Amino acid sequence: MQTTEVSRRRFYIGSIYAIWAAICAALGLQALVYLFFPPKIRRESDWIDVGDISRLTPNAPVEMTFRRNRVDGWKVISEKSTAWVVRQTDRSVFAFGPQCTHLGCAYHWEDSKSEFICPCHNSIFAVDGRVISGPAPRPLDRYQAKVEGARLLLGRLEQPENRA
Amino acid sequence: MRRRWNGVAAWLDHRTGIQTAVRNFLYEEIPASSGWRQVFGSVAIFLFLTQAFTGALLAFNYAPTPGDAYNSLRYILTEVTGGRIVRGLHHWGASMMIVVVVLHMVQVFLYGAYKKPREATWMVGVVLLLVTLTYGLTGYLLPWDNRAYWGTVVATQIAAHAPFAGPYLSRLLGGEEAVGVVTFARFYGLHVLLLPPATLLLIATHVYLVRKHGVAPVPGDEVRPRRQFYPVQVFRDTVAIFIAFAILFILAVAARVPLEQLADPTDTSYTPRPEWYFLFLFQILKMLSGPLEFVGAVVLPTLAVLALVLVPFLDRGEMVKVTRRFVAACVVLLAAVTWTGLTVAAVRGTPPPATGVEIDYSAPTDWMQLSPEEMAGVAYFRQENCISCHAVGGDGNKLGPDLTQTTTHKDAAWMIEHFKHPAVVRPGTSMPPIQLSDRQLNSLAAFLLKLNPSNATALQNAPEFATQGALVYQANQCAVCHMVNGVGMKVGPPLNGLSKRRTRDWVERHFADPQKLSPGSIMPPYKLSPKDLDNLTSYLFALPE
Repeated sequence: MQTTEVSRRRFYIGSIYAIWAAICAALGLQALVYLFFPPKIRRESDWIDVGDISRLTPNAPVEMTFRRNRVDGWKVISEKSTAWVVRQTDRSVFAFGPQCTHLGCAYHWEDSKSEFICPCHNSIFAVDGRVISGPAPRPLDRYQAKVEGARLLLGRLEQPENRA
Repeated sequence: MRRRWNGVAAWLDHRTGIQTAVRNFLYEEIPASSGWRQVFGSVAIFLFLTQAFTGALLAFNYAPTPGDAYNSLRYILTEVTGGRIVRGLHHWGASMMIVVVVLHMVQVFLYGAYKKPREATWMVGVVLLLVTLTYGLTGYLLPWDNRAYWGTVVATQIAAHAPFAGPYLSRLLGGEEAVGVVTFARFYGLHVLLLPPATLLLIATHVYLVRKHGVAPVPGDEVRPRRQFYPVQVFRDTVAIFIAFAILFILAVAARVPLEQLADPTDTSYTPRPEWYFLFLFQILKMLSGPLEFVGAVVLPTLAVLALVLVPFLDRGEMVKVTRRFVAACVVLLAAVTWTGLTVAAVRGTPPPATGVEIDYSAPTDWMQLSPEEMAGVAYFRQENCISCHAVGGDGNKLGPDLTQTTTHKDAAWMIEHFKHPAVVRPGTSMPPIQLSDRQLNSLAAFLLKLNPSNATALQNAPEFATQGALVYQANQCAVCHMVNGVGMKVGPPLNGLSKRRTRDWVERHFADPQKLSPGSIMPPYKLSPKDLDNLTSYLFALPE
């Protein structure tokens, strides 16, 4: 008699804990998925015409300004964007994203030294984006780039590691 | 380990009294008759907390201003991982909350649990019911689609009819001139800032009063030994909560909550309908039109609320034995029958949408941007079952290449040649030639050139009427005179926004005899089969403005 009473009580208490654990897990997992999984990608995949590059001198970076659409949550924002465009000696073109790969400061081209210099923490990059010195952890990010006639078209900004 | 834990618990209890408080709460004595019928209050509290949680989750991805509200909700539904389920939980949770609160009240009413000394408990409960309904009313506007907008227009107009308070109420709700940004902000503020803490306070008061007077006993309880709340009654509450949660979760996963088009204040054809639990009020209003409208909009609801509040004073009898409460049972039955009758009448009286086209905006609608030629391409794509060999974005591992990747380096001419003679263009391929005319292959190529990874799923969402309608459109070469989505000639009027200019009936009759309806028109008559006519008209009405 006494033991059935005890085991029944244990069943009630066990069930209460189990059910609440299940409910909290269901809601909690749902919340984690909702908050931490990236949203489905809605890319603006079109190439953007940045300008004429026929007059660029090789190995002399030029900052080019253009407007691009960026998907920001539920909005598509049209914003001004820049790229450091370099024509290599072999006529291929690099377009670097305008932010230092260390902490995102704007860097600039130092003509006298032929280097990209970030004033924040003195990261220095070569004309092909390589890190020469300073705290920058990786080479400059590059836009996907293609040249049609004299026009430069830019795609997405990519980190060098991700480029195949 | 256990000893250390007990030490921590004792320390904490000494400093905060938490353990004692929880014990007092759980080991409260309840009448021996307590059972499954008393679970509804706990379920209601659980649902409220779930609503608060899912509401907060939604708020993390929601922009509370008109326009942005709609777009951000579409973002939640179509792009955020699991967003559809979170919205489903919140939407269905609201409905379940109403159901459970009403069940709770019916139980208390039938058992006479509102009688002395529990009158105040009942009255706080009635206020909680009204608060629950206010959540429903204010939350209804927040998606800012047509349904939300027009439903709220009617609701604010009703509020403006109230005697004396009407103008003030209408000013308070920001609906004096028209439902707009101010109304939206007021409703949102009520829904997420004012009501939740008010609800918590009311629930605390309600529970305090329940504890103060104890759970209402039934005749016979006085001779039976009292029991403890924990664990048996807590177990019953927990099981009931679990059942409610399971139903809620299944609804959220399986039942699609539609989203209509963005609120359009100029839409004159829209027939607003409130949420299901307000349909009975709507129907009363409909039946009492004219001078009696005031009675339906203000007098009856006020009387009903007053009667509810005053129930403990209207019924001062001692009888609480449920099987002997004949009048109470009749009142519940009468209310249930009236409510059901009115709701059924309202549902029956709901006309189909004037345009005859229902588009679900809770799924991607990129297909609306396609030209008729591309849309016809979708039809051929499905007809030829291209998907059996080709992947379209994402899940690959199929025989042929992923078609979202091909468009970057192929042109239409290559594609058409490839459709006709796959083996010539691509020696060794196992793709069979596609048996379509040149014009049809053009459509297919046009569609495939539009395909990219980000719109692939959207194109699979194109409804059947749209693809079939586009086939009719192409077969009759409508584009020779008309423009759709910027493609086609301008001899005739452009067809985007047709649904705003003409009724469906007019358009259908116009096909048969254009000159009769628009004299001087050079459009030839078209004899279309009923099915083609239906698809084509639906397609044209679904075009974006």
